Amino acid sequence: MTTDAIPAAVASRIPGERSRGIWRTVKYVLLIVFALVILLPAYVLFVTSFKGLGDATPANAWKLPESWETAGWSRAWEQLGPALGRTFAMVIPASIISSVLGSMNGFVLSKWRFPGADVVFTLILFGMFIPYQAVMVPLVQLMGNLGVPNGVPSLIVLHVVYGLPITTLIFRNYYAAVPVELVEAARVDGAGMLRTYASIILPISAPAFVVVLMWQFTSAWNDYLFALFFSTSRNGPVTIALNFLASGQLQDYSASMAGALIASVPTLIIYILLGRYFVGGLMAGSVKG
Amino acid sequence: MSSTVPSAVRRPRRARGRIGGHGWVAPVLLILPTVIVIGVFVYGLIGSNIHTSLQDRHNIGPSQGFAGLENYRDLFTDDDFIYSLRNLLLYTATFLVGTLCLGFLWAWLLERKARGESLFRAIYLFPMAVSFVASGVVWRWLLNNAEGDRASGLNRLFGTLHLDFLQNPWWTNERWGILAIAVPAIWQLSGYVMALFLAGFRGIPEELREAARMDGASEWQLYRHVIFPQLSPVALSAIIIIGHMSLKVFDLIMAIAGQTNYTTQVPATQMWIEFTRGDYAKSAAIGTILLVIVAILIVPYLVSTYRQERRR
Repeated sequence: MTTDAIPAAVASRIPGERSRGIWRTVKYVLLIVFALVILLPAYVLFVTSFKGLGDATPANAWKLPESWETAGWSRAWEQLGPALGRTFAMVIPASIISSVLGSMNGFVLSKWRFPGADVVFTLILFGMFIPYQAVMVPLVQLMGNLGVPNGVPSLIVLHVVYGLPITTLIFRNYYAAVPVELVEAARVDGAGMLRTYASIILPISAPAFVVVLMWQFTSAWNDYLFALFFSTSRNGPVTIALNFLASGQLQDYSASMAGALIASVPTLIIYILLGRYFVGGLMAGSVKG
Repeated sequence: MSSTVPSAVRRPRRARGRIGGHGWVAPVLLILPTVIVIGVFVYGLIGSNIHTSLQDRHNIGPSQGFAGLENYRDLFTDDDFIYSLRNLLLYTATFLVGTLCLGFLWAWLLERKARGESLFRAIYLFPMAVSFVASGVVWRWLLNNAEGDRASGLNRLFGTLHLDFLQNPWWTNERWGILAIAVPAIWQLSGYVMALFLAGFRGIPEELREAARMDGASEWQLYRHVIFPQLSPVALSAIIIIGHMSLKVFDLIMAIAGQTNYTTQVPATQMWIEFTRGDYAKSAAIGTILLVIVAILIVPYLVSTYRQERRR
């Protein structure tokens, strides 16, 4: 705050600039207050996860731990460890497959179009918005009939299938910005579709792949609905294990909160490392072509 | 690659989007797997779901015959389901207003180069990276309904700050409890709306503002006639996205209140309960109703997006 007060003081010496200085102060106070409010739950998660069993009581709710203990973390790790492994085994192939397919679709729908491409695209896009409740009853049957086992295999298939609309959308919008001349030149030079895709489109796709992969990773990692219908606490991903841990009869606050942090570490790491692209994915989700 | 560009310039340009002499078989083949998969998993299953919802099939056995619209009639005369719909409406309204107001306010505060902008932006956005299940763990605790000495969470905080009048039973209040679920939802997604609005603000050319100021527009007139109209497409996007997410709310309720809690019941949680009971027809009917509600919001938007694409 002190660093902000100095330019404000300087500004107030210039006639007419005083109100701007006050406005700047108000602005930063507001920004900081909102930031603290946003961080409040993170504070609670963090300090409670280090409290001992007797310390995690209402009276001490907002206080720092009496002594920092890691027992909650080890109890949480015991319960979530195997589920974390399963989640990685599910999320990594699901993100890669849906991204690769999305890239090919995006190329066809933007640069190597066919009659009715816009209709097909719009119909694919609708898949992004449907409430999955509207397909769940027959979906459970279909997956059973196809013989896909519950747990990781089912979830890979589902995240690939229902990830296709958004991966297609992001790649299509990305390729739409590629100059037509590049693709046309290849065509004129006699390159076929796959050749054009492999030698012209794919090499420039890295930024889009980063966005799509992290988007798919995050949404599959955080999914709870499919996990609930297609797995159990024995073969399910981390969201299932976490909810099981947190809603247990024993109100083990420190383990629950440590568990919530453990379950959030991978997506938070991605967010911190690739935050710029994260916003890119969000923007693409807004269907602005 | 660069050597091929001039050759295209020399030749007459083809009409945009046309396929020259290459035909459309290859692109159709490439996209066919996706078309089939989406056809089966989205449209086929929607059809199959509607079919199930019209059957007399209330246990794990096969259908006992065609029931017509009976399942729907039952739902719309069921007070529980009406209560779910009411909850959904209240939740959506609160969630939408909350995220739009906060998102706009934050974007507006950050719009002009603010010091530490990237830090604030990162803080406001970070909840989006976390799952509803994980944030639900802490919010269940923050929204704990105990008051006085037994209070934890926000009620405790209000007590400590001598703001006792703010203490309330949160999601256990039968009438307005669903609004408590909107609080964490707003916490989680306001940053997203901020990112959208920020992009909107940045998309307004500086010349436009300058021109308005030159013409003697006051700050309010500048917003009223230049900035708000420029931001309205962004606001529409935000309403569509937040709105459809809101209509699908499920994880957050399961994580905070649990599935069997009546006060925070919405169609999505009811659908799951009926499914676990083996009442497939009722479960499918609830799913279809949700689809119709979402489609009312989404289809006009998709159609207009499609038209814009065609016009390009």
